[in-house]
Amino acid sequence: MTPIPTSDNGSHARPGTQLDRVAAPPATILLCGARLLDPRAGIDQKADLLVRQGRIAEVGDELAPPDGAELVDAGGLHAFPGFVDPHVHLRTPGREDEEDIDSGTRAAAAGGFCAILAQPNTDPAVDSAPVLRSLRERARAEARIPTGFLAAITVSRRGEQLTEMAELAAVGAVGFTDDGSPVASAGVLRQALQYQRLAGRPLVLHAEDPSLSGHGVMHEGAMSALLGLTGIPSAAESTMVARDCALAAYEDGFIHVQHISARESVDAIERAKAVGTKVTCEVSPHHLLLTDEAVRSLHSNMKMNPPLRSEDDRRALIEGLRSGTIDCVATDHAPHAREEKEEPFELAPMGVTGLETAFAALHTGLVLPGVIDLGILVGRMTAGGEPFGVPAPSLAPGSPANVCLADLDADWDVGEAGYESRSTNCAFDGRRLTGRVRMTIADGAVAYRERSFALGAVA
Amino acid sequence: MRRHLLSVDDLSRADIERILGRAESFAEVSGREIKKVPTLRGRTVINLFYEASTRTSSSFELAAKRLSADFVSVKSSGSAVEKGESLKDTAQTLSAYDPAAIVIRSPQAGAAALVARWTRASVINAGDGKHEHPTQALLDLYTLRRRAGSLDGLRIWIVGDVLHSRVARSNILAFTRMGCEVTVCGPPTLIPREIEALDCEVRYTLDELGEADAVYALRMQRERMTGSFVPSLREYAAQYQIDGRRLGPGQLLMHPGPVNRGVELAAEVIDSPQALITEQVESGVVVRMAVLYELLAGGGAPSAARVPAEAEEPQPA
Repeated sequence: MTPIPTSDNGSHARPGTQLDRVAAPPATILLCGARLLDPRAGIDQKADLLVRQGRIAEVGDELAPPDGAELVDAGGLHAFPGFVDPHVHLRTPGREDEEDIDSGTRAAAAGGFCAILAQPNTDPAVDSAPVLRSLRERARAEARIPTGFLAAITVSRRGEQLTEMAELAAVGAVGFTDDGSPVASAGVLRQALQYQRLAGRPLVLHAEDPSLSGHGVMHEGAMSALLGLTGIPSAAESTMVARDCALAAYEDGFIHVQHISARESVDAIERAKAVGTKVTCEVSPHHLLLTDEAVRSLHSNMKMNPPLRSEDDRRALIEGLRSGTIDCVATDHAPHAREEKEEPFELAPMGVTGLETAFAALHTGLVLPGVIDLGILVGRMTAGGEPFGVPAPSLAPGSPANVCLADLDADWDVGEAGYESRSTNCAFDGRRLTGRVRMTIADGAVAYRERSFALGAVA
Repeated sequence: MRRHLLSVDDLSRADIERILGRAESFAEVSGREIKKVPTLRGRTVINLFYEASTRTSSSFELAAKRLSADFVSVKSSGSAVEKGESLKDTAQTLSAYDPAAIVIRSPQAGAAALVARWTRASVINAGDGKHEHPTQALLDLYTLRRRAGSLDGLRIWIVGDVLHSRVARSNILAFTRMGCEVTVCGPPTLIPREIEALDCEVRYTLDELGEADAVYALRMQRERMTGSFVPSLREYAAQYQIDGRRLGPGQLLMHPGPVNRGVELAAEVIDSPQALITEQVESGVVVRMAVLYELLAGGGAPSAARVPAEAEEPQPA
């Protein structure tokens, strides 16, 4: 168990958030000659970075390795603070054939993540203290990186009766969400916001008006008209974002809006923040990089909820990420069994995996063409824990060692060498990306080494 | 030569002209006492139908048989599909019989394209969900061209439930590709948002129907008649039914069948000489013969052993 103190910037959550992982020996490693980039700490320099006993000990030129330290030649590589993903589906309990805590956290570490938060839409749902306790116990036996668990807002995520949120918070729920489904009733959400004064964790909202989204399977627009597929209008999301923000303001609660996909949702968040509503939000790599044009192929790896939207929506999301209206990147990593994704588009389940490709895809699609600055991307990929009281990792001396070491010149073909995840339904499957994570240090211990890189490391 | 027919979008104007031209020559054969040609002798065509169908399945069967192909029909009821076999397993099972073509009708968009990934056979989309029905569009082009002489510049109104219609989508693509001007008309709840992107005009009333050279009425499915799409059947018929007052002299009338008499069409127009509805059904066989010929025996002609030289052009058997 790793207690993480509450960050004092940007977080409305109370202290006590707890993330779990397998006990691992603290590392002592000297990364030699990496380009260090941590915009929050104001670090942007080529230097050595010394990790001693699991903490960042020193940053500087030509550091001397302590006895027994592993030396890593990081020349030509970049070192960032490790990424934090607030939106991962580990499919445990219930669908361990799609993902389990071991494989999911291995995939996360391979993507440079040093902490993740898992969603509670499992079978059974995480809606009672015993389920949450048993999950945390499994994470202490299996998780390669610190892993937190959200619990459901309502029993069985049916949107009717509140879960025992106070007990769940005491047992370690990092937040509450019915993700996969909205809290459709405004009255129920209002009660949850009132009860938040007791439970004290963020309410994490999947914004979707089911009477507008109906049986839709893709974005409503010219492409859905061409394909004859039932559309999900942008307004199904944006009207709900506006409603949720209004209720949060009225009850003085704090909410985190998941995976926003539409321009109007960005606008609604911006307006809410401008009047002081305590709201944060996230965006996924696939919504930042792909549009409904990709659905033309009718490939089920282009099917997710919310759906890929228009180019205009995509631009608004990028602008929101740049301006800070959107606080963080979240993968919404959603593994599905191969036989389910091989069904025709309308029958295939919604969701794509993304932990292993998030950074590389965004680096390739946004940073290399000059759309977004590398520092901003790193800032948004490390901020995912802040709404939950999990501080953003830092390269500043004294911090717990959370480091992503990446080769920004390396090209690779997604899926060519398989996946760490148990599932293969990656939105970027088959694409050539530039930028490869070589090594991840999570909470003081080495969590991932790319094979070829491990061979090159000097003991 | 292409291997599959999955979407009208796969076809250039020249491809369409060639298929329609070949259908004309098959029509000549169909007029003879013995309607068979040996073109596909020894080859197998499989119909795989996951939805009820009368016209499409029977016309594909007749088309395959008149080309002398062996023909097998698989329907979802009474097959392994009922036992929960996946589309992939069914496709691979049928492919093991080495068919030349699989004709598939499915309630899901993209099903034909998926099957094409899993088989060596040519795949013909006989309707996939609300997506497309390319052979219907081809037979409609064929029928209209026969009556009107030329398609270029014809103004066509497609009237009714465009939202749920694969016929509408394929026909908008096909008519515009052949140089027609297409207008879609129906209740705003049944016209897809941004359908204009397919190069058609949108109207919500029949006020300007008079400008049309041909009116293509769509079937109003019974389950859409109630509920929130239209307030009532009565109101739908009052606003959108094509009847003797609305259909002007000289305007042609088409419908993919089966017709709901008294709903989208009044009885007097169905039985009028302006209606091409029966001719559309007749055209179904020769156009599907032409499609099978195009994919299995045309252009990139298979070995001479399979296609006798004299069968390059249709000959009576």
